[in-house]
Amino acid sequence: MLASLETVLTLARKDLLLELRSRDIVLAIVVFALLVITIFTFAIELTPSRSRDVGPGVLWAAVAFAGVLGLNRSFAMEAEGSTLDGLMLTPVSRELIFFGKVLGNFIFITIAEIVIFPVFEALFNISVLQIETIVIALLASIGFSAVGTAFAAVSVRVRSREIMLPLLFLPTSVPLIMAAVESTSVVVNGGSWSDFNDWLQLAILFDVIFVIASAVLFQYVLEE
Amino acid sequence: MTSSTKYAPTILDPEAPPSGVIAIEASRLEKSFGNAAVLRGLDMTVRDGEVVAIFGANGVGKSTLLRVMATLTRPDHGNISIYGSDLSKQAEVARLSLGAVLHSPMLYGDLTVKENLTFFGKMFRVPDLTERVDEMAARMGLMRRLDQRIRELSHGFQKRAALARALMHRPRILLLDEAETGLDEPARLILDGVIAEHSAAGHAVVMTTHSIERGIAGCDRVFVLSGGRVALDRPSSQVTPRDVTDLYGDTSLIGPGGA
Repeated sequence: MLASLETVLTLARKDLLLELRSRDIVLAIVVFALLVITIFTFAIELTPSRSRDVGPGVLWAAVAFAGVLGLNRSFAMEAEGSTLDGLMLTPVSRELIFFGKVLGNFIFITIAEIVIFPVFEALFNISVLQIETIVIALLASIGFSAVGTAFAAVSVRVRSREIMLPLLFLPTSVPLIMAAVESTSVVVNGGSWSDFNDWLQLAILFDVIFVIASAVLFQYVLEE
Repeated sequence: MTSSTKYAPTILDPEAPPSGVIAIEASRLEKSFGNAAVLRGLDMTVRDGEVVAIFGANGVGKSTLLRVMATLTRPDHGNISIYGSDLSKQAEVARLSLGAVLHSPMLYGDLTVKENLTFFGKMFRVPDLTERVDEMAARMGLMRRLDQRIRELSHGFQKRAALARALMHRPRILLLDEAETGLDEPARLILDGVIAEHSAAGHAVVMTTHSIERGIAGCDRVFVLSGGRVALDRPSSQVTPRDVTDLYGDTSLIGPGGA
């Protein structure tokens, strides 16, 4: 168990080191998400009530679409140098490779959210930096990372991978995006934990099911 | 195998298995990509201590066969085992015995040589990792390039780093897919030395090459693939370049004096 955890951490540390050198993934997520949010602030005449109505939807649509860019990049990087083959030559199980990649992607998305949320809060003038939204963001990041990693592995071997990933990832993530939007909406309108308990449970259920399902899918899609 | 290598066999597992043990056994392997059948019922056995050269025309399935042996490609039909471990069931065990240098170096361009070797060493749980990284870097002539990123290295040095990666965990079987391509003479000597040491230690080497004369001279046994099967399986002492190229169906490939 400890050895498996060490392997997962080694894989994630390697991805973090690569990201520190290239800054491809986090930068892509942050820039794209902030562009989407900024465009919406110009497109909509933001009153306090309208901000609370549309803000959560804009925030999570921006994070989800921007996340696709980052997830695509994280696997494209492995495909470019055939390093995915290098990983597959190691005696590490495919599940551990999956969890290592998921952990790396989770960290990238979370770092991007740490930048995106305060800017969103300033532009939309609604408070999302609360413990409730942080919990929602963590749950959403886990789900996005798991589903995104598995589908990025599927699309990395096809020619039009930039198109394939969003086509697979976004429809599958709809329940999670809905749960995040509705929960955030309740929070910014002054609701408490009990008011979005059902959505929270949906997000947790999504994460449990899709972390397991994605891990199973991952080991089959890696091999030719 | 005879070799003029000047390198001492210091990089291999001292607990070498006895020579003659079946290292790789493939039976009735079939693999297709779409409608293109690449392997069509291929049988092959490689024993410990043997250096095996696989020849064949472009597209005949040499690289596919090596990828199947390396557990990177799953055959559609047939069985393949590494030291008795069936790859369809015990691939993770088999990978401990395999080191592979395929077409691409399989190294992270933005990581240094040292970081790459350390990372892959950790994946294989190589003991005394720091010492092993230094040992392999010295063996491959990479000591002065340990802190350089892979993408900053020439193709030849990337290949040396790939060879170091493949040998980090002291594999018992070395798979080389046109590993000599792009190497300068000093690097080729290193490669020859590694092959000789591997064989001398009682381990197996399976290589593909388009350099027919060099391949025959440097191996114990020759396989020629044709039509997705083994068309020729003979000790290298009984094979001429003409025997090989005749099975290619293109005699223009033969070099001067090769017949």
